[in-house]
Amino acid sequence: MAAGTAAAGGSAAAQFQRRRGRELFEQAIGYALFLCAALTVLTTVGIVIILVVEGLQFFRDVSPWEFFTGTKWTPLYTNQAFGVLPLIGGTLLVALGAALISVPVGSASAIYLSEFASPRTRAVVKPILEILAGVPTVVYGYFALTAVTPLLRATLFPETEIFNALSAMVVVGIMTIPMVSSLSDDALHAVPADLREAAYGVGATKFEVVTRVVYPAALSGIIASYILAASRAIGETMAVTIAAGASPNLTANPLESIQTMTAYIVQVSLGDTPHGTIEFRTIFVVALTLFVMTLVMNIIAARVTARFREVYD
Amino acid sequence: MAATEMQAGSDQRLYIPRLAFRNKLGAGFFAICLAGTLVGVVFLAFLLLDVWRDGAGFLRWEFLQNFPSRFPERAGFQSALWGSLWLIATTAILAFPIGVGAAIYLEEYAPRNFVTKAIQTNISNLAGVPSIVFGILGLQLFVRGTIGIGPSIAGGFGRSIIAGGATMALLILPIVIVAAQESIRAVPPSLREASYGVGATRWQTIWHHVLPQAFPGIMTGTILALSRAIGETAPLIMIGALTFVAFRPESPLDPFTVMPIQIYNWVARPQPEFQDLAATGIIVLLVMLLSMNAIAVLLRQWTGRRYGR
Repeated sequence: MAAGTAAAGGSAAAQFQRRRGRELFEQAIGYALFLCAALTVLTTVGIVIILVVEGLQFFRDVSPWEFFTGTKWTPLYTNQAFGVLPLIGGTLLVALGAALISVPVGSASAIYLSEFASPRTRAVVKPILEILAGVPTVVYGYFALTAVTPLLRATLFPETEIFNALSAMVVVGIMTIPMVSSLSDDALHAVPADLREAAYGVGATKFEVVTRVVYPAALSGIIASYILAASRAIGETMAVTIAAGASPNLTANPLESIQTMTAYIVQVSLGDTPHGTIEFRTIFVVALTLFVMTLVMNIIAARVTARFREVYD
Repeated sequence: MAATEMQAGSDQRLYIPRLAFRNKLGAGFFAICLAGTLVGVVFLAFLLLDVWRDGAGFLRWEFLQNFPSRFPERAGFQSALWGSLWLIATTAILAFPIGVGAAIYLEEYAPRNFVTKAIQTNISNLAGVPSIVFGILGLQLFVRGTIGIGPSIAGGFGRSIIAGGATMALLILPIVIVAAQESIRAVPPSLREASYGVGATRWQTIWHHVLPQAFPGIMTGTILALSRAIGETAPLIMIGALTFVAFRPESPLDPFTVMPIQIYNWVARPQPEFQDLAATGIIVLLVMLLSMNAIAVLLRQWTGRRYGR
């Protein structure tokens, strides 16, 4: 290479210049690429700063005690109350109901895909299930409002309100099935074949192999998938905004109208609440609460998964 | 368990297989797992049929050409359709180079140290942040141009396409980065070594050898990420994409609406005609999503054949 460059580039000085230029270029590229990666960290920092700065402003007017223990949430009315529990309660009600659907159904799908289905069936069914996660959530909201709720009122629960938590639970549960099924399927797949073979070798049936050996061996990955699905359900916005209503209501009755944290944020941003008022600041504290809740769940899920990787790699 | 032990004591056998019972149990379990799988599939079929039944009535060319209107028979999707196209283009232009750049850094440059690990952990955490929180970030940073402390960035971009595209780009960045990382990691090290062996620099190796190999995989990941962005509603409501826009955006600084927001707007109205219009909008949105996914899948298969992976 040195000979080629010398022949093409002339004097040693010019050659040195060229090499120096290339080195600078390479260095600049390295820094530019680092900036791209650093942008993701800045995004997180930006989110935290925005939520904390506005949140602290809010807590100058409302005590954290009132915010976290109050059971009335009416910031947009003349008689203001800033107790976030009804919003958290609504959010958890929907997330819990959704988990009652996505956990058993997703687990059954995962076991079917990983242990029973032929490779061909699996290749067809798994992408179909994943479509469920790709359908925009506004579509689920439409379906909950125009199909699920009328069905509930016509059949099982005639006393269901037009906006109700149950229809939101159903669609959020369905949309998080692929999260459980795909991640659990991966975890089940990672269980080494010799564990299965050893169990078959001592005479276990397939049912016993799956429920007593494979499932427990994959448990940490499976639990991580449950936590991630719940975290997704907590952050879900459009389906609950459309289907579950806009009445902050601390209730365990899924047939009533409730409001989730996400739906409240949407409600305020669609209204004409002016910036800089305490009413507007509520969306930042609510978002901060939401952000912390999902972050904690995601970190727990990552921890659980990391442990599971250590065992089988 | 106790019953088995007692029986074992009485008839001198240590273990009773009860195979018929256990096999029946297994068959029941299989049926449950199959039924569970079918729940998702059947629900999806039911949802698509329902949307088609409600929305097919308004499905004609005028629907794509008209602007929103108070009269359902005259209302159309044109501004939402164009808004979505503008938004997706802006998002792609911002997210693709930054995402690929970050992936190259993490795979090819980053030292194995605390900082790199922190960046990687941060990316997976960002992927789990609810989209509405990104909307709040976009509202403050891009629309208003301030994060509460420090200087304001020239007053922000207002409620414009560029603000929406930047917000969406940040939202899908983690997905693009992870997909690009996987594609880059799949390029065999021998290729890099051969390139270094003939004297190429690091960037020459990446630009001429690693990226062309990884490119189809990166494109697949990016298209899938963009198809997520095209269905997102909440963050755009936050940054104030308008729900009633009776014009086609002409520049990135124009206000806009997008398909999911227009759908939400129609769903939220009490008249049943508008809910059917929403279904028509959903059909258009789903067709667009489906085409994007089909392109992504085709690209993946084409890559598989070409490189024998």
